[in-house]
This record gives sequence, C-alpha cells and structure tokens, in this order.
Amino acid sequence: MSVTTGKLTSGEYIHHHLQNLTLSLKTMKFTTAAQHPGFWAIHVDTLVISSILGILFCFSFWLVARKANSGVPRGWQNFVEMTIEFIDSQVKDTFHGKSTFVGPLALTIFVWAFLMNFMDLIPVDLIPRLAESTGLHYTRVVPTADPNLTFAMSISVFFFVMFYSIKVKGIGGFSKELVTTPFKNDSWIGKIILSPANLFFNAMEHLSRPLSLSLRLFGNLFAGELIFILIALLPWYLQWIVGDAWSIFHILIILLQAFIFMLLTVVYLALAVEEH
Amino acid sequence: MNLNATLFGQMITFTIFIWFCMKFVWPYIVKAMEERETKIADGLAAAERGQHDLELAQHRISKQFREAKVKASDIIVQAQQRSNQIIEEAQQRAREEGDRLIAVAHTEIEQERQRAKQKLRRDTVDLAIYGAEKILERDIDDAAHAQMFDKLIAEIDD
Repeated sequence: MSVTTGKLTSGEYIHHHLQNLTLSLKTMKFTTAAQHPGFWAIHVDTLVISSILGILFCFSFWLVARKANSGVPRGWQNFVEMTIEFIDSQVKDTFHGKSTFVGPLALTIFVWAFLMNFMDLIPVDLIPRLAESTGLHYTRVVPTADPNLTFAMSISVFFFVMFYSIKVKGIGGFSKELVTTPFKNDSWIGKIILSPANLFFNAMEHLSRPLSLSLRLFGNLFAGELIFILIALLPWYLQWIVGDAWSIFHILIILLQAFIFMLLTVVYLALAVEEH
Repeated sequence: MNLNATLFGQMITFTIFIWFCMKFVWPYIVKAMEERETKIADGLAAAERGQHDLELAQHRISKQFREAKVKASDIIVQAQQRSNQIIEEAQQRAREEGDRLIAVAHTEIEQERQRAKQKLRRDTVDLAIYGAEKILERDIDDAAHAQMFDKLIAEIDD
C-alpha cells in the first residue's frame, strides 16, 4: 500500500502511478513515456477501462430499455428512469429544439464520465497491484485523468456542434455568422472591415470550448488522483483521516465534473442551433 | 501530457456509446416514461371525476334523506291522527255499548221489580187471608172481603 513495503522512493512511487500502460503501434510492444513512443501509441489502460465502463453503462441501461413499460417502476428501472428524467429536464431547459440526439448524448456523457470519475474512489493501489500480478507494470485506473480521453470527448463534442451549426443554418448561414457576429455593422464596408475581427473572435470561441471542456475535467480528476496518491504515501494509521475526508469531498467533485461536462455540451449545442 | 492515438480510439468508443444509447436505450425509456405520465394524468383525472361524482351522489343522498325524513314525519303524524281517531271511535262505541247494557239491565231490573211486587202483593193477600182465617177461625166470604183487601193492597203499594 505504501512506499515502506517496496524499494521505491516517494518520487518513483508517484511517477509510477502516473504512467499509462502504453502500447506503441509502431513496434506493437509495451513501452513507457520515457522512451518517447510518439503519437502512434495507445494507452491500453485508458481504452480498456473506459470501454468496460461504457459497456457497463450501455448494458445496464439497455436492460431497463429492453423491458421498459409504463407500469410501476421498480429497483434498477427506477434509478435509470430517475437519471434519464434528470438529464431530460436539463436538456429541455437548455436546448429548445427537436432532437433525438442531444438527450442520448447528454446521458452518455454524464453517466460515462461519472463512472470513469468514480474509478478515482477505488483505492489507488488496488487495481494497479492486481494488474501487476498479471505482468502489467503500469495501470492508470481513472480514464478521465488521461487527457487523451477528455480531449477525445471534447473534440467529438466540437464536431457535433459544427455538424449541428451547419445542419441548422447551412454552410452559408454558418459562415456568415462566423464573420458578422459579434461585431455588427449595417454598411457593407463596415462588415468587411469587421469581418477579420469577427472571424478571430468566433474561432477563439469555438476552439477554446473543447480545450476548456477537456482540461477542466482532466485537471480536476488528475488533481484528485494525485492527492489520493499522496495520501497513500502517508503512514497507514494516518491515511484514513485525510483519505476519508478527501474521498467524501471527491464524491461531490466527480458528480459535479460529469454534470458540468454534460451541461456545457448541451449549452454549446443549444447555441449552435439558435440564431445570434 | 502525452497525446497520442488513444484520442482516436476514444473518439470512436465515445461515438459508439452515444449511438448505442440513442438507438437502444433513450427512446424506449423516454417512451415508457411518457406513457406512464399520460397514464398517471388520466388516472388523476379519473380520480377527480370520481370525486366529483361522489360529491354529487352525496348531495343526492342527503336530499333524498331529507325528503324521506319529512315523509316519515308526515306518516307518523297521520298515523297518530288515525290512532287517535280509532281510539275515540272505540271509546264512543264502548260508551254506547255500555249505555245500551245499562239500559237493558235497568229494564230487566224494572221487570224483576214488577214481578217481585206482583208476587209480594199476592203473597201479602194470601198471608192476610191466611192470617184472618187464623184469627177468625171461621170462613170468610172471600168475595165480600176481597174489596177490602184490594184496598189494603193498594195502601201497601203506596
């Protein structure tokens, strides 16, 4: 559980914990960040854990959807319906359009991100130790503490927003919006003069969104994970004091971060379909 | 931060999960929930209607009850009147019957008295004759003295 059992120093322990199980796609061999595998490598732990959690989410919700009926909901069905109703009300409050896509998207983001965040509450050494016993030397169990995952989500959202903007306003309308807002002018000369500034501002806005979305989630979860690792470095008889306090606080954070990601996504999509 | 091909892998998985959710999860559950909503709304409306009907029925019942009460008291009053009448009639008949019996009794008594009086009269005459025979110890001319005795009887009568 802590450094006293191994021959690692504190620094090495932390460093070890922040290493992904990296598979180089060029050599098809496990590698480490120190060997600079470059872009063509994948984090197997992030992919596998996030996929397992995603499948868990899809399967458990599908179980309810399969037998969904309008009778009295019980047990798991009740929980699933509560979640969906919560998401649905959030979506309806924000997104004033007809869409069969935004609801499922918001649900997937919220539940999947929550489940991945929840991995942070599992004792930091438990899964890495189990993995190590099967010969895998590095495992990071919190997929959302890997920027690859958060960026994948936020970039996907970026594409969805682009898709919706073009679908609703058309390429012409969307392009026009990019160069004529937020600074407006009635004369065509003014429009031409202002268009570079408008384009610059819009580009900033659209490009900063995925960055802020993903870095917010990544930052929160990375910090949380790091603090759990630091707590694990304390003597065992002190760990429970800080560990419990941080865990309880972290329950709030993981839920909140999943919610924020979901809500901001819905807001961006709502902005995409609304006229300025 | 080491960004790598995981990015693409995750984008694909993310999209697949959204697609799955959109295709197999969300519509069914939302549909079921909407159906339940309608069902509950219908149920509530039906309950409200039932409540309304109940109120109406209660109004009707209390109205009928009041009417029945009035009718019942009317009947009671009529019955009382009728019974009083019957009692009065019975009393009347009884009185008449009594009067009749009394009258009959009076007549009988009178007849009896007359008969007794006659008998007494005859007995007195016989006794007087017998007494006189005893006193005189000799025959008396019945005819001669009958007049005198009749007179005597008339005196007794009075």
